Amino acid sequence: MTLAATAPQGFLSPTGVEIVFLLVGVVTLGAALITVTSKQLVHAALWLVVTLGGVAVEYLLLTAEFIAWMQVLIYVGSVVVLLLFGLMLTKAPIGPSPDADSGNRWAALAVAGGAAAALVWVVVDAFRTQWIDLDTAQGSTGDVGAILFRHWVLPFEALSVLLLAALVGAIVLSRKNGTTNEESRQGSQAREASEGRREEGKS
Amino acid sequence: MHLAYPAVLAALLFCVGLYGVLARRNAILVLMSVELMLNAVNLNLVAFDVWLRDSLHAGQALTLFTIAIAAAEIGIGLAIVLMVYRNRGTSDVDRLRDTAEGPDDDTDDADDTDEAAAAAKKAEATA
Amino acid sequence: MTTTTLAVLVPLLPFLGAVTGLLVGRKAPGFVRPLAVLPALTSMVLAVLVAVRQGGGTGDGTAPLDAATELTPTGSIPIELALHIDGFAALVAVLVGVVASCVQIYSTGYLRDDPRYPSYAALVSLFTSAMLLVVYSGDLMVLLVGWEVMGICSYFLVGHYWETPEARAASLKAFLVTKLGDVPFLIGLFALATDAGSFRITTILDTVAAGGLDHPTLIALLLLAGVAGKSAQFPLHTWLPDAMAGPTPVSALIHAATMVAAGVYFVARLLPVFAASAAALVVLAVMAAVTMVGSALAALAQDDIKRVLAYSTVGQLGYMTGALAVGDRGAAVFHLLSHGAFKALLFLAAGVIIHAAGTNSLAAMSRMRGLRHRVPDAYWTMTVALLALAAVPPFSGFFSKEAVLGAAEHAATGHAAAVPGTAGWLVLVAGLASALLTAAYAMRLWLLAFNGSGADAPDHGRQPVAMNAVLWVLAVPSLAFGLSVGTLPDWFDGDSLAPTLTTSILGTGLALVGGVVTYGAWRHTTALAAQVPLGAVAAHPDATPAVSESEAISTHAPAYGSVAAAHDPADPGRLMLGPLHRHAATGFQLDAVYAALFVRPVRGAATLVRFLDREVVETYVRGVGATPRWLGTAARRAQTGNVQTYLSVLLAGSVVLAVAVVLVAAGA
Repeated sequence: MTLAATAPQGFLSPTGVEIVFLLVGVVTLGAALITVTSKQLVHAALWLVVTLGGVAVEYLLLTAEFIAWMQVLIYVGSVVVLLLFGLMLTKAPIGPSPDADSGNRWAALAVAGGAAAALVWVVVDAFRTQWIDLDTAQGSTGDVGAILFRHWVLPFEALSVLLLAALVGAIVLSRKNGTTNEESRQGSQAREASEGRREEGKS
Repeated sequence: MHLAYPAVLAALLFCVGLYGVLARRNAILVLMSVELMLNAVNLNLVAFDVWLRDSLHAGQALTLFTIAIAAAEIGIGLAIVLMVYRNRGTSDVDRLRDTAEGPDDDTDDADDTDEAAAAAKKAEATA
Repeated sequence: MTTTTLAVLVPLLPFLGAVTGLLVGRKAPGFVRPLAVLPALTSMVLAVLVAVRQGGGTGDGTAPLDAATELTPTGSIPIELALHIDGFAALVAVLVGVVASCVQIYSTGYLRDDPRYPSYAALVSLFTSAMLLVVYSGDLMVLLVGWEVMGICSYFLVGHYWETPEARAASLKAFLVTKLGDVPFLIGLFALATDAGSFRITTILDTVAAGGLDHPTLIALLLLAGVAGKSAQFPLHTWLPDAMAGPTPVSALIHAATMVAAGVYFVARLLPVFAASAAALVVLAVMAAVTMVGSALAALAQDDIKRVLAYSTVGQLGYMTGALAVGDRGAAVFHLLSHGAFKALLFLAAGVIIHAAGTNSLAAMSRMRGLRHRVPDAYWTMTVALLALAAVPPFSGFFSKEAVLGAAEHAATGHAAAVPGTAGWLVLVAGLASALLTAAYAMRLWLLAFNGSGADAPDHGRQPVAMNAVLWVLAVPSLAFGLSVGTLPDWFDGDSLAPTLTTSILGTGLALVGGVVTYGAWRHTTALAAQVPLGAVAAHPDATPAVSESEAISTHAPAYGSVAAAHDPADPGRLMLGPLHRHAATGFQLDAVYAALFVRPVRGAATLVRFLDREVVETYVRGVGATPRWLGTAARRAQTGNVQTYLSVLLAGSVVLAVAVVLVAAGA
């Protein structure tokens, strides 16, 4: 606390942005906790939306405007929908399922608690005197676009190839054959592998 | 703004995701927890990028890439889960135990010891 | 060519012959015989040339031939390839060459159908080379190389009939017993070289002459152990009678004429070293006396004709060591030369007889009529050799033995300086006693082998010319070598070797007494031979000599009760020895003593080691195996197959590691 007192900006007199950040942060964290503990699987997915949205707000508060909208678009818009579809396709039960957590819960709690303690301790110890100057916006769409297409073009293009590969892979993996369910269960792997090869050849 | 706020928030989010990965039974919930962890990392990247005022904005660019990769990952992951569900009729992580040692290994072991004892006896008889 | 070159070629040729024989023996069987015989003959001729060119040794004033070259520095004391050829070396080399050539020629007939003849011939050549190396070498380390090569060749050749258990046991015994002597021998050589500062014989002799030897008794006794092992002197002689399980030509070459003489020759070369210690001479004399008398008694009780000759060899080597003990190496080497000739002849003739009779048992031969007419060459030459063995004038054995006895008398009466009178008396008395016994067993051998009565001896046809011719060649020196008694001193130290009157009369008289008594005993017992039938075992008539012999050896124990003796009341030796016979037949139970002293403790120790290994060491081994097994079982409990637990453990480990790193970094 003495160190904090000597810092140029103390923790005891927060700015407005900090207060908002803290409040949103608490909401985000709480939603995350509910996501990983909820007994109802669909609710967990919906709470994930809250968490991701909270993170998007935090991005905005950090003046990373473009990232925030991308977060909303990709995560809230598509990933969660994808997850909900996944739940649906795997016939996840609607309503509380008491066995949502595995028997590994206490070990997980210990590991996560330990990791949290260690990380928070290290992070606070290292950065408690650092100050982010938010006066000038750092992540406006224009800035990010200029940077992205001027300096990061090559990784960007590589990423597009990766996305294409993921797309093909996802299609191959999740393809259902025209045959009956029984047969696909027996020989699905081999057939899918061969078909995947054929598809790759086509594309 | 203090750097400690976003950093601590990211650390806590990460650990919550970690708990989810380790404790959840349904594979899709595990994937959700992975998303949480990725988000925590992204938050960290953005916070430090803003703090350092990086002229190339490497942190934000990397965040974008991470988001894209996460999207790809969730796609592949869900496809795998779907296939496992189709083949096994379940997507519970702790019921996919193909790598566990089967109970028949124990009988093998017993045979081994019997054989070793027999071999020792034989050696003694010949010596 | 210079004499040195000739001398180098002498051991080199048989060596090359041996190597070539081993290499091409299997692929080109036609070359084996020339490769075996020609190098031996050539090196014999060369050895004769060397002897002629070199002339006499120190005796007539000629300096011995000394040549040396050091190939490479080898530590503190240099080892040189050195030649030292004096009269002794030249004459012994001639003997080795002659006997080796004879044996190689004889072997072509004796082992004519033997599948292992190529390796046999190569080993005999290698042995010849090693012996010649020992004879010519002027450096003790080089001599030791030849010495040990001879030992291993002897091991292989004794075990030539390895199908028979006797041969296997005999070859092992020969090897182990001689090695028992060779270890102290090696230590003695090192001690000697350390004292003298060189392995060169000339340097060592100079040092001894200057009185520079610090521990003469210790060195002499250590060397004596090796000599006793190699030359089959009491108490390390027990391997020699058993070594008769080898082929007869091998017995003739190695175990009669040459290798066993190497020990005597070695002492003769280094006699000043031994003479520097009166105690060593007395020990040598005791050794010689016990060996002479004991082996002569044992020879009188043996049934196997080759074992009789083996014990006789031991006894004659006793004469040689006796001569050395009284400080007369001229007499020793004189007896070595004449004995080498007539004993080789005896063995080779015995090989012919064994083949003709189909048995090696004297008891069986004494029940065959007309064996002498079946093998006239062997009969006549063996008679000559036996007369030489019994030291009947004018055969060669008489002169050489009288030279020994004369030297002993010389020492006993105090005429020899630096030789204790005790040693002289010991050698003289034992020598006279065994002169009587020698004549007795020679007579017994002759009577039993050639004057049998009963069924006709089996007819195997003529013996091969190669075998008979060799017998006559060797009969010449047995007959006439004694005539050289006048010129030999020029080759040796110059002391007269002529027989003195007293010992001649005593020795010859005793020999005659021994012969007559044996003849009387034989007349007394021979009537019994007809009553006790014996000797049903005979090898197939058309088999080669080697096959007959190996069959005879392997059937002796089942047919007659033991390898050495037979229960034959018609044996004159049994009558003469009386209650001693039982012990003499087994070599005075020395093998039993060794069994109690060495074999049983070693076996006990082996049992103990086995117990320790089984119960103690293996417990640890099993523990080493069991502990990881338990740990593995415990670790397997963790292999649940649940990915989440794996991941939990992994991450927990990461956290711990990260915290540790942070703490260390903070601490630093």
